[in-house]
Parts: sequence; structure tokens; C-alpha cells
Amino acid sequence: MNDNKNDYAPLALHVPEPPYRPGDTPDFSDFEIPAAGEVPMPPVDAPLAELSYLSHDIIRVLDDKGKAQGTWVKNIDDELLDKGLRAMMRTRAFDDRMQKAQRQGKTSFYMQCTGEEAIATAQRMALLDTDMHFPTYRQQGLLFAQDWPVDKMMNQIYSNVEDDLEGLQLPVLYSFKEAGYFTVSGNLATQYIQAVGWGMASAIKGDTNIAAAWIGDGATAEGDFHAAMVFAGVYQAPVILNVVDNRWAISTYHDIAGAGTATFAQRASGYGLAALRVDGNDWLAAYAASRWAAERARRGHGATFIEWVTYRAGAHSTSDDPSKYRPKEEHEAWPLGDPIDRLKKHLIVKKLWSEERHTQAEAQYADEMRSEAEKAEANGTLHQYDRPRPSSKSVFENVYKEMPEHLRRQRQEMGV
Amino acid sequence: MFDDKTETKTMNMIEAIRDAHDVMMERDSNVVVFGEDVGYFGGVFRCTAGLQEKYGKSRAFDTPISENGIVGAAVGMAAYGLRPCVEVQFADYMFPAYDQITQEAARLRFRSKGQFTAPMTIRMPTGGGIFGGMTHSQSPEALFTHVAGLKTVIPCTPYDAKGLLISAIEDDDPVIFLEPKRLYNGPFDGHHDRPVVPWSKHPAGEVPVGYYNIPLGKAATIREGSDVTVLAYGTMRFVAEVAAEETGVDAEILDLRTLLPLDLEAIEQSVRKTGRCVIIHEATRTSGFGAELLSIVQESCFYHLEAPVMRVTGWDTPYPHAQEWEYFPGPKRVGEALKKVMEAA
Repeated sequence: MNDNKNDYAPLALHVPEPPYRPGDTPDFSDFEIPAAGEVPMPPVDAPLAELSYLSHDIIRVLDDKGKAQGTWVKNIDDELLDKGLRAMMRTRAFDDRMQKAQRQGKTSFYMQCTGEEAIATAQRMALLDTDMHFPTYRQQGLLFAQDWPVDKMMNQIYSNVEDDLEGLQLPVLYSFKEAGYFTVSGNLATQYIQAVGWGMASAIKGDTNIAAAWIGDGATAEGDFHAAMVFAGVYQAPVILNVVDNRWAISTYHDIAGAGTATFAQRASGYGLAALRVDGNDWLAAYAASRWAAERARRGHGATFIEWVTYRAGAHSTSDDPSKYRPKEEHEAWPLGDPIDRLKKHLIVKKLWSEERHTQAEAQYADEMRSEAEKAEANGTLHQYDRPRPSSKSVFENVYKEMPEHLRRQRQEMGV
Repeated sequence: MFDDKTETKTMNMIEAIRDAHDVMMERDSNVVVFGEDVGYFGGVFRCTAGLQEKYGKSRAFDTPISENGIVGAAVGMAAYGLRPCVEVQFADYMFPAYDQITQEAARLRFRSKGQFTAPMTIRMPTGGGIFGGMTHSQSPEALFTHVAGLKTVIPCTPYDAKGLLISAIEDDDPVIFLEPKRLYNGPFDGHHDRPVVPWSKHPAGEVPVGYYNIPLGKAATIREGSDVTVLAYGTMRFVAEVAAEETGVDAEILDLRTLLPLDLEAIEQSVRKTGRCVIIHEATRTSGFGAELLSIVQESCFYHLEAPVMRVTGWDTPYPHAQEWEYFPGPKRVGEALKKVMEAA
């Protein structure tokens, strides 16, 4: 303390910077990664005070040789592993096809989840059909994990006459209630607190359903995130609060949301939540951590926050060019690898899979998506005005359950 | 309204609102009630008193001070199948929840083609007259009527408050339920220097016991008249009544009760009959709900009009504290408008 103002140097604003910009050589050698199996699994009823180590370590199961290590995964079914790998491969094949379709002008917009396929596919397989996910635009893996019909997704992306949402909503902002896939909002973070409310409703009704909330690192700065964390902690809601930290929110580095001084999971600990940090490119770790969190929620021990450590391998969306703000080589240098390669290796080690079968499966899924896309395109695409289009009447429907007089008059004015 | 055989009880508006909650919580186990100070204490205005004791903590509970949290959680609960009726302590506090109200609750049905819906009611005390200053006096109704997918209701008597709140809770779309807080304890007519009149002295303070409803979207003709139509709602309904009495203008006063969906027919019929129209509200004037009413009257009744339509509203300033009665559109200003509209050719 000093009462003399002249003794202080002028202040300077601290603005976090990513370690590497275009032209730099990325080097993650100082990024601390615990060895696979090093972080032990606690019981789901462990007191919060005993869980604090989980918020700064990284839960990992698959090692560099493709072997499962540690206590998180025991006796996992071979069939489940096969399904997980195929779900990730189909997700990527779908993304590739829809990315091309957007480039060909068949839709306005597309968003890939390349590099993040393990997280959503594994979590969907770890939860029950009666649970509800509140996804962002990057959790399409939830749908591939349950073999959801691809044509329903493509028709929505093309906003054609077969689109369940009748062309009203932006591409990829799906709504599939039957799939436990809540209508995706274009506004970030809003669904996070809604998921907590959905979980609270399950508890109010005395059911055993749980909700899964999804958000990216950037949107954790929103007020709705804070509200969700407070409500989830206060009411011990049966919810999994996922933060997919893929390091980039469009061009904004994750430290602009997270300050870089603590992990997102450590922040969650402050809200009185169990908080895990998990290798998001490790399908086994993703599955095991999700199972643990789901079991904890369903047994009435409250909400679990999961920070998924991963990397957004592709662009934010088809409207984005990442080469303008980060090195092209950064994804290759990223130390947690590719989720498909890692699970593939594990399956090969277990003699359940081979390079040949993998190559065959890649070709098979590419063919599947090509032919599904052709079928969907036969129903029309966004800019084709010379073909049947979604009904104009639908603009006035479902604004309210019953159409009020003023909307009836406006519909007449439109002439439909 | 109701016949002589209906069992009634004298209630103020607070008791009527509390009773509506009670009736609906009794009838439907999916109705849950929450908000700041709403649970154990029963709300700062006492509108939820006794509900926690009667229905338990999982159906009537306190929340953190977080309006976006309250409304956001309610959206999730409504999507689950509950019917939340939540309180925002003052309408002035709803702004953090505005995103959840306007882009989430209001659009859930539309953006999911009816797969997910938000049958929920958001109650909030509105308006001035209690020396609440600029953060406890605002009338934000136009911020809701501007939004597709919301219904906006504003009762001004105990009888209407109970019947409309029951309809709001039963409605399958999100309803904003604005409660003119100056009317909680009596039918205030703007004469702030006169003794307070309690609801027990007003016929609309007689409220039927048990279930009844008043359909949303229906205006009430408070006073029939032939000179001029007065479109009013909330606190202004009583100001309009006293102004008509004091000026001797034979005004036809419509209490709109629901602002959206609006009772277009009632408005059009009345203005075509009287040929004159005065629109009054407490909210600020520019882009206020009165502008919408004026447009409707102009578009559909122009050839019946004998004088320009007038608006009497709050000034386009923040709501002042000590100058409350200079700001509040009281009987004097409304009376002058009535006379002026009659003088016009």
C-alpha cells in the first residue's frame, strides 16, 4: 500500500493471446498430459471434497500403443467398441459430404465436428434413450451413435420439401425429440440452463431421466452458463454439464473465455459441482466418464461437469477460414491425436479390426453418404426455386398452438 | 360474470392471484411455482403465500437471484412436460431473462414444428404509482407484444386476475402475465391525494371460490358510451373511468385485458360506433403499445373517425422518483384528452 499516487506505474490492459499465430511453428511439448490410466476412478457417491483432483488432471484410458489403461474402463463390450468406431466414421463421412454440398451451393451453411467425434458418440451410447441432450450445432455424433436416419438430417440441411422443420430453421439446427435431441438454438448457452431445468423436472416428477447440456469453451462466458452452474449446484440437478473445449471459438482463443489461469473444470468446482477433465479424443475415456457422470446423476448424487479437452480440427463453419488466425500445422501438432485413429488402433490391438477393414469401411460410408445425398437432393435443395419448396403457409403455423386473428389476417395478406 | 348462486369471497388482487395458483396446483400436479422469495416467504408481494406449505418444496420453491436462470430452467421444465408459473419479482428485473423469453420460450414450438413446447407463465408486477423509481415502475408490455410466439396479459381487478391467471397457466403457449402493482390493494384511479379505496368496496373484489377462467384475447367493455372509445389496460382503466365521470364525456371504455392476441373485433366495433378514440397507457410513448393500437384504429376505422386519435402516456423518460405524479398519466391529463377529442370537428 502506498498513498502516493506517483509511486505507481501506469496500468496496462492484459489481453490473452494464443501461443501461436499463422506463420508460427506450434509446439505443445509443455502441455501437461497425464499418462493413460494415471487418474483413478472414484466411486459415484464419493464426497465432493475427494473429487478435486479430477478438475485439473486429464482422465485418459487409451495409451499411445492403443491399449486401455487404468480403472475407468473394465470389461467393455467388443460390440460397443465396434459401434463406437463406426459411429465416428459415419459422422466424419457425413460431414465430408455435407461440407462438399455446401461448397456446391446446395445449402447455405454447414458445420463439421471433425476431431471431436468421440465425445458426442460416446456420451450418447453411455446414456439411455429416455434421457435428453441439449446439443449445440456440433453434436451431430449423438445422432450417428443411435443410427438416426441420415435422410432426415440431409433433408433438413437442404431445407427441402421433406424437411421435418419445413425449411424454417437454419441447416444443422435439428430437432429430433424421438432421438432425445432437443431443438438446437442458434443462440449460444441458452440451452445450458434449459437442460438443468429439464433435469430438475425429472427430479420434481420423481422420474430417473437425466439431461445432458452441451456448450463450447467460448460460450462459457455467457450469463446463461453461470445461471446453469448455479442452478445445477443449488438443486443438485440430474444433469451432465459438458463443455467441449476445442480451443477455438471461431477466431477467439479459449483463454479469452477462460483466462487460462484455471481449467474450466476448476471453475465448476467453485459452484459445488463434481468436475472432470477428460481427454476428448479418447473414445474409451469419453464413454467411461459419461457413464460415471450419468450413473452419478441417476443415483441422485447431482450434476457432473465434464471439460472435454480437444481440438477443433476443421473450420468453425463453412463461413470461416481458420488460416487467418491460427497456424495450419496446429492441428497436426496437437498432442491428443485423432479420435478415430486412436480407437481404430485399440481395435486392431484387440484383433477386432484391421487396416484393410478400416479402408473398406471408409469407402463404404463415403458411398453411403453420396447415395443418401443424391436421394435427399432429389427432394430439392435450398436455392432451387423451380422445384417444389417448403410450404409458405408453414411460416404462420406453430407460432402459437392456435393461429390468432392477426396472424390469420397476415397469412391472407401473403396470399396463401 | 357469475350468477347469484356462485359462492364468492372478497379478495384483493394479491389474494386472487394466490388463489389462482392454489386452484391450478390442486388440479394439475404438473404446475410448479418458483422465483425469488417465492417459496417459504411467499413472495415480496405475498402472491404465493402458503403454497410451499401446502404443496411441498418441490412444487413451490425459492430460486437464486437470476432471472435468466428462472426463465431458462422453466423452459426446460416446460419441455419436459411441467407447467411452470414463475415470478419475476418486478417487470424491471426481466431484462436478463429477455433472451430466454423472446428467442427460446417464444420460439420453441415454431423452431421444432411442435415437437417441443413451452406451456409456461411468467408473472411480473408492472407499472408505477408506488414510488418505486426507475427500476420498480416500468411498463415493458410493448417489449413482449413485439415478439412472435408470446401472449401478453394484464388484468386490473381481482376477478379478472384470478380468471386470467388460470387461463394463462392452462394455455399451451408462453404467457407474460403483467400485474399492475398499484392495483394489488385497491382500484386506484390516479387521485393519489385521496384516501385509498380497498377492493372490498369494488364489485370486482368479489371473486368466485374455486375454478373459473376468463378466456385470453377478450377485452371487457367497462363502460358503454357514444362519444369516444377509450382503449385502456392495467392501472389506466380506473383513471379512464374517473376521467369520464369528471368531464362528463360519454366515453366507451375498453379494458383490453389481453394485449396479444388482441381483441381486434371489440376495438373495431367500438371505434366505428363512437368515431373517436383515445388510447392511454402508463408506458413511455414512442414505440409504445399505443402506437400499435393507433395503427390498428387508423387502418380499420379511418372512414369512421371524426377526430384525430389521441394518446395519453408516460413521458419518454425514465420513470422519476419524486416526480411520480407529474409522470403518471392521471385523470387530469386523460380528461383533457377526452375534451380535446370531443372539440375536434
